[in-house]
Amino acid sequence: MSALIQNILIKVGQKKDRLLDILLSVQEAESFVSDENIKIIAGSLQLSEIDVRQCMSFYHFFSTKPSRHRIFLNDSVMANLMGGQKVKEAFEKVLNCKQGEINADGIGFYTTACIGMSDQEPAAMIDGVIFPSLTPERVRFVVEGINQGKSLSDLYYLPLGDGRNGGAALNTMVNSNIRKTGLLLDDYYKSGSALTIAIEKSELEVIGIVKTSGLRGRGGAGFPTGMKWEFCRSSEGAEKYIICNADEGEPGTFKDRVILTEKIEMLLEGMTIAAYAIGAREGIIYLRHEYQYMRQHIENALAVARTKKMLGNNILGKDGFDFDIRIQFGAGAYVCGEESSLIESMEGKRGEPRFKPPFPVQKGYHNKPTSVNNVETFCKVCRIIERGGEWYRRYGTKQSVGTKLLSISGDCPRPGVYEIEWGMTLYQMLEMVGATNTQAIQVGGPSGSLIGKTGFDRKICYSDISTGGSMMIFDQSRDLIKDVVLNFLEFFIDESCGSCLSCRACTQQIRNKLEKMIHGKGVSTDIEDLKKWAKFTLVSRCGLGQSAANPISTSIANFPHLYQAMVQKEKDYDTCFDLASAVADSCKVVNRVPNF
Amino acid sequence: MERVKFQIDNKDCEALYGQMLVDAARDNGVYIPTLCNMQDVKPCGSCRVCTVKVNGRYATACTTPVACGMEIESDTEEIHEIRKALIELIFAEGNHYCPTCEMSGNCELQALGYRFGMMVSRFPYQFPQREINTDCQHLIIDYNRCIRCKRCIRTIKDKKGKSYFAFINRGDKLEVTMDKEMAKTMPLKVAELAMENCPVGAILLKETAYRVPIGERRFDKKCIGSEIEETDVKVFMGELNNE
Ligand SMILES: Cc1cc2nc3c(=O)[nH]c(=O)nc-3n(C[C@H](O)[C@H](O)[C@H](O)COP(=O)(O)O)c2cc1C
Ligand code: SF4
Ligand code: SF4
Ligand code: FES
Repeated sequence: MSALIQNILIKVGQKKDRLLDILLSVQEAESFVSDENIKIIAGSLQLSEIDVRQCMSFYHFFSTKPSRHRIFLNDSVMANLMGGQKVKEAFEKVLNCKQGEINADGIGFYTTACIGMSDQEPAAMIDGVIFPSLTPERVRFVVEGINQGKSLSDLYYLPLGDGRNGGAALNTMVNSNIRKTGLLLDDYYKSGSALTIAIEKSELEVIGIVKTSGLRGRGGAGFPTGMKWEFCRSSEGAEKYIICNADEGEPGTFKDRVILTEKIEMLLEGMTIAAYAIGAREGIIYLRHEYQYMRQHIENALAVARTKKMLGNNILGKDGFDFDIRIQFGAGAYVCGEESSLIESMEGKRGEPRFKPPFPVQKGYHNKPTSVNNVETFCKVCRIIERGGEWYRRYGTKQSVGTKLLSISGDCPRPGVYEIEWGMTLYQMLEMVGATNTQAIQVGGPSGSLIGKTGFDRKICYSDISTGGSMMIFDQSRDLIKDVVLNFLEFFIDESCGSCLSCRACTQQIRNKLEKMIHGKGVSTDIEDLKKWAKFTLVSRCGLGQSAANPISTSIANFPHLYQAMVQKEKDYDTCFDLASAVADSCKVVNRVPNF
Repeated sequence: MERVKFQIDNKDCEALYGQMLVDAARDNGVYIPTLCNMQDVKPCGSCRVCTVKVNGRYATACTTPVACGMEIESDTEEIHEIRKALIELIFAEGNHYCPTCEMSGNCELQALGYRFGMMVSRFPYQFPQREINTDCQHLIIDYNRCIRCKRCIRTIKDKKGKSYFAFINRGDKLEVTMDKEMAKTMPLKVAELAMENCPVGAILLKETAYRVPIGERRFDKKCIGSEIEETDVKVFMGELNNE
């Protein structure tokens, strides 16, 4: 066994459930995972080679080819809206290779789904370092610098980012862009105050306060947090786990990035309160690979919390209250944001969602009761414990209590994070960000809804138009079908775990039909077909498949004229076969010219 | 063991608590079509063909345990339409040329196609380019026909529990593949089991085709599911046979 692998196994643990970490460590050291190393890892974990490959090939960021540097350019809707295509061409030109290839100098160039920088696109990750607000000129500058052997931080073309981004631990050009603060983002909170209060109370009292507050999960599904903790607490099992879902994969959202950057102490404290409430000794932050630039920053915060006795044994002097937190990195898979596939991934497997029941609160990580909560949810808990459940209920509406962080991007002068009270209308939101001439808003990311003018008086809240926080604004100049809907479908096709036939195959059929329509071959029955086919995806196992056709169904419902415009008026039957191009093809083979 | 009462399409049923719905239904004489599922093997819920509505919400019967008072809709127009569409999706996704396939008549996918009265897929055929692999001394793996049901992955292991088969990639690039080294030494017995467990003609034994002649195969005379529940689909098959 090579020394490298040996060291990694010692550090990470020679266990199957740490396969993801082992592979990530190998890749970090050598830029790729070689066939040789796959063999060694398989051997030492008692796995077949194919077991290792099946895990590896699930995640976007693993490579089996060596490279000196790796560039991942975002090709999300937002990136392309902000000039991503030109940036991509610039990369291909200066690197002299196409996307997906490694150039002669050993620089690999790839595209990737939304990297959580929608407020500063187009952005790329180069060896894990974020390069936001790219232009073709900046691309040339950076690549030439790399070729001259300069270090990445010498190639920054912008000042360091605002807030803590400019600190030594983060040292990044990324901006937090906080535009509106509320009870989470404002500065009135004193670190430690909630945890001190919590440990004075009984575990059930803590859960009681969270229940009184009416707090619902901020990861999208909106499950009542107090109830989730109560289930987890009462599930049988001596060991329990708290997991913070920091996968933030929904295109267009970046508010968790900002919380992790600016309010990391609050997050750790919220997790610790949760651990106290449910009786967990171990907490894990599942952090998306794209946010690896925050590793040192988070590790520092963990170290500080330990010295302050807010983590570790006998926390804040409370006898027997032991709890600590570690970071688990993902490796590039949107579906791993789904709580059960997140757990599979943490166990070193492909991130395929589990069936429910049993739910994670019953059987989660290592089949032990586990509460998975979103970054924002944990932070809200701090304020609630500090000020009380009743206080929290004063914010928002009756059913949607409190505030919500929105990640707003697209055609508006002030993209960024806004903490609003639930109940704001979309009109008010557009006014707040200064958007004009708005054609549509994608609420809740690709898995949400595309809303047009007639829906702008709808309210942002659980009972009307609910959102995990992603808000993308498109003005009248945008082609919603080609630039938005089609991109979202591609996203789901790429990110599906592939298990469910309905998610894997039906989305492809829908995409193909839409492409056919875009190419001018639409017939009137296509629109009805799309509506019907969209329904078949609803029988998929997890939320990804169940919402994979939302881009189609919500855009047909709210923008029917765009679809009508793609239908050929004189034709009502479908022929996928294009006679003209088929004849042209066969003529080419025999060196003839078509005579029509 | 605790017994629970539930209903399938308004028929009163009884089963052991926690039994999966497909099994519970079978014990009560109700056939819920399945494709990826195998009796007594951990389910994986990939084909979605066993979709039912449980208390008004979609669920797969192979992965959902029965609970007291469940109301299940299975034989409804809505569910029938979904299942049929799913089967058509499979036919369109791969390359399934039944007349030239060794499994014709024994194939569960083909049998479901008949049962659901499918004449042609409503979805355009994708004609994907897929490989035929012969690395294994005993097997031909024809990926044109693989429906990614995961049966081989779940059931075919060596003595130490290592898998011969695995998924590779994800999403639209998801494929089944075999461990190269292990394939070379796969014992005949295991190879036979692999072929037996594959619901379609993707895993075939070398050098032994057509042991059971066409006309005498599993689904040649009886429709799939008829061992559990007779249906009027027989009539449909009968019509085909009489012509
Ligand atoms: C495909 C998919 C992706 C998801 N991605 C995330 C995510 O990135 N972050 C998150 O907090 N929740 C995500 N969720 C929701 C989680 O499954 C889970 O509901 C959430 O983490 C629970 O936390 P909460 O109760 O605090 O909302 C996702 C769900 C699905 C189906
Ligand atoms: S719905 Fe899609 S992503 Fe979810 S389990 Fe099924 S195939 Fe995987
Ligand atoms: S080879 Fe056969 S058993 Fe294996 S996944 Fe494909 S269809 Fe299923
Ligand atoms: S048989 Fe239940 S999902 Fe395939």
